Amino acid sequence: MSKAREVLLNPIFNDNPIALQILGICSALAVTTNLYPTLLMCLALTSVLCLSNLFVSIIRNHIPTNVRMIVQITLIASLVVLVDEVLKAYDYETSKTIGVFVALIVTNCIVMGRAEAYAMQNGPWLSFLDGLGNGLGYSLILIIVATIRELFGSGTLFGYEILILTQNGGWYLGNNYMVLSSSSFILIGLFIWLLRSWKVEQIEEPEFQVARNNLETKEAGTRV
Amino acid sequence: MFEYYLNLFITAVFVENIALAYFLGMCTFLAISKNVKAAGGLGMAVIAVLTITVPINNFIYMNFLKPGALAWMGIPNSDLEFVGLITYIGIIAAVIQILEMLLDKYVPALYNALGSFLPLITVNCAILGASLFMVERSYTFTESIVYGFGAGAGWALAILALAGVRERLKYADIPEGLQGLGITFITVGLMCFAFMSFGGIIL
Repeated sequence: MSKAREVLLNPIFNDNPIALQILGICSALAVTTNLYPTLLMCLALTSVLCLSNLFVSIIRNHIPTNVRMIVQITLIASLVVLVDEVLKAYDYETSKTIGVFVALIVTNCIVMGRAEAYAMQNGPWLSFLDGLGNGLGYSLILIIVATIRELFGSGTLFGYEILILTQNGGWYLGNNYMVLSSSSFILIGLFIWLLRSWKVEQIEEPEFQVARNNLETKEAGTRV
Repeated sequence: MFEYYLNLFITAVFVENIALAYFLGMCTFLAISKNVKAAGGLGMAVIAVLTITVPINNFIYMNFLKPGALAWMGIPNSDLEFVGLITYIGIIAAVIQILEMLLDKYVPALYNALGSFLPLITVNCAILGASLFMVERSYTFTESIVYGFGAGAGWALAILALAGVRERLKYADIPEGLQGLGITFITVGLMCFAFMSFGGIIL
C-alpha cells in the first residue's frame, strides 16, 4: 500500500478517530437525530479538518513551539467562521439547529489533535490526506448512527417515509428512545464492539483479570 | 432575587447538565474518567475556568460585540457578532494560560494538582459551549457568573459519577470487544438516560 493511500484509508477502520482515538465525540451525539443535518455536519467538519491540516502543515516550520496552540486555534477558528457563514448563506434553517455544533468544531479535538499529531510533522499533501481520512472515519460513524436513529426513531430517511408510522395510518410504532440523544452513546458503544470483534488488535487489555471460579482449581490447590 | 439565582444554578447543574444533557466536553469526559482522583482534579479545573471565562466573555459580548453595543464609542450601527467565536476562544486560551502561570507562582500545591489538566481544558468544548449558550440565552453579567459556576459544577459532578462507576467496572467480566471504551460509551448512555428524569423540572 502506498504511503498516501495508507494515510487516507487508515483512519477509517484501523485508527478511527471516534472509536479508537476518542476524539470529536460531542458533535457525534447531538446532531445525529436526522440524516440530513448529520451529512452537513460531516461535510463541515471534513472541510475544516482538511484545510486546517493543510495550512498548519504549510506554516509548520515558521510557528514558534511555545505559542503553537494559539496559532493553531486561531487558524482553526477562522476556518470554522468561514464554514459557518457559508452554511448560514446556503441553508439557514439547518444552520439554526446545528449552528452551535458547527461553532464547536473549533474545540473539536479531532481538528486540534490531528494538527498537533500529524500536520506539525508532515508535508502539506500528506496532511491534507490525513485530514480527509479522519474526516471520513468520523463521517462513517456519524452516518451509521444517524441512519439507525432516523429510521427506527421516526421511520424516515432524509425526511422520506420508509416505515409508515401508526399515527399516519401505517404499521410502525416509532422507537422514542432513538429520538433521544443518549441512544447514540449506546449505538456507538455497540459499533465499537462490532468493530473490535473484526479488528481484534484494537481490544483493550483489562486491568484486572476475573479469576475463574470453579471447583477444579480449588481441588487442584488442595491436592498440592 | 436570591431564589432566582439558586434556581438558575440548580437548573445548570441538574436539568441542563452540560455533559449529560448537552453532551459537551465528551472527549475529556471519556478519556480522563478512569479513576476518581484524576476526575476530581479535572472537575475542579473545569469549575474554575468556567466561573472565570463565562463572565469575561459576557462582559465582552455585552460591551463590544452585541449589535449596537459600540454606541458608547459613537458607532451605533456596529455588529461584531461574527468575530464572537474567535474572541471567546482567544479569551479562554488566554485565561487558561494566565491561570496556569498564576497558580504556578502563588499556589504551587494546587498547580501540581491541576497543572496537567489546564492545557487540556482549552480544547474542552464544555468551556466554549457554556460561553455560546450564555450568548444565546442573553444572560446578564450576574446571571453569567452563576451559570458559569453551575455549568462547571454540573460537569464535575458528571465526571465524578462516571469515574466512580468505571472504578467498579474494572473488576467486572466484560465481553472482550466491549472492554474499555465500548462499555464506557454504554455506561454514559445509561447515565444520560437517568439524568433525563430531571428534564421536565421547571424551577
